[in-house]
Amino acid sequence: MAMDDSVRKAVLSAVPSLRAFAISLCGNVDRADDLVQETLLRALANIDSFQPGTNMSAWLFTILRNHFRSEYRKRRREVEDSDGHHAESLKSQPDQYGHVEFREFREALAQLPSDQREALILVGASGFSYEEAAGICGCAVGTIKSRVNRARTRLAELLHVNSAEDFGPDETTRAVLASGGE
Amino acid sequence: MNERKPVGQQNPMEAAATRNKKSNSKPAKLGRDVQARLGQQLRAMYDEVVNQGVPDRFNELINRLNGNEKKDGH
Repeated sequence: MAMDDSVRKAVLSAVPSLRAFAISLCGNVDRADDLVQETLLRALANIDSFQPGTNMSAWLFTILRNHFRSEYRKRRREVEDSDGHHAESLKSQPDQYGHVEFREFREALAQLPSDQREALILVGASGFSYEEAAGICGCAVGTIKSRVNRARTRLAELLHVNSAEDFGPDETTRAVLASGGE
Repeated sequence: MNERKPVGQQNPMEAAATRNKKSNSKPAKLGRDVQARLGQQLRAMYDEVVNQGVPDRFNELINRLNGNEKKDGH
C-alpha cells in the first residue's frame, strides 16, 4: 500500500481538521481519535479509489462521516437518546476541550440535531463550500443551506443572542462578574 | 402583522412565549453581525483542536503503513 509522497502529505495535512470534525460529531476526544484512526485505515486501504486532483480533505471527511454514521446507528441500540448522550458527555468532560470560555458554546452546539451540527461545522468551521458539504453529507446543496440556517438560528436562541452586543463584554468578564459580584 | 398586546399587560411567561413564537416563525432572519460572531466562536473552538497539529499516533500510523511494511513483515 505504498503511497505517493504527495498523497501522504495530503492525508497528514487533513488530520488536524478531521480530528476537530470528529470531536464535534461524537463529543469525546478519545472516541474521536479512534474514529480518525479508523478513517485513515479505511482511506489508505482504498487509496486507489481516490482520484488524484480531487479534494483529499473532502474525501477523508466523507469516509469519516459515513463511518461515524454507521457506528452511530449501531450505538443507538445501546444509547436511547444519542443527542442527549452527546450533550451529557460534553458536560462530563469539560477539561478535554481546554478553554472554559467555549463551554457554553459547545453545550449549545451539542443540543443541535446532529445533521444541523455537522452542516454548520463543515461550512462554518472546516471551510467547505456548500457544494462540498453536500457531497460529504450525501444530500442536496439546498438541504445543507437550510440546515446551516436552522443551526445558526437555534444556536442564537440557545445562547440568547439577538444582536452582536449580546455577546459582550465577553465570557471571561461575565465569569468574573458572576464570581465576584455576590 | 400579528395581533399585538401591549407588553405591559402580559405576564413574563406570556412575553417569553411570544418572543419564542416570533423567533420560531422567522428561522432565517439572523442579523449579519450575529452570524459573524457565531462564526467566530465556532472557528475559534474548532481551531483550538486544529492547532494541536498531528498527534504522534497518526504520524506513526501513516509512516508504518507507508514505508515500513516490509520491515514489519506484513
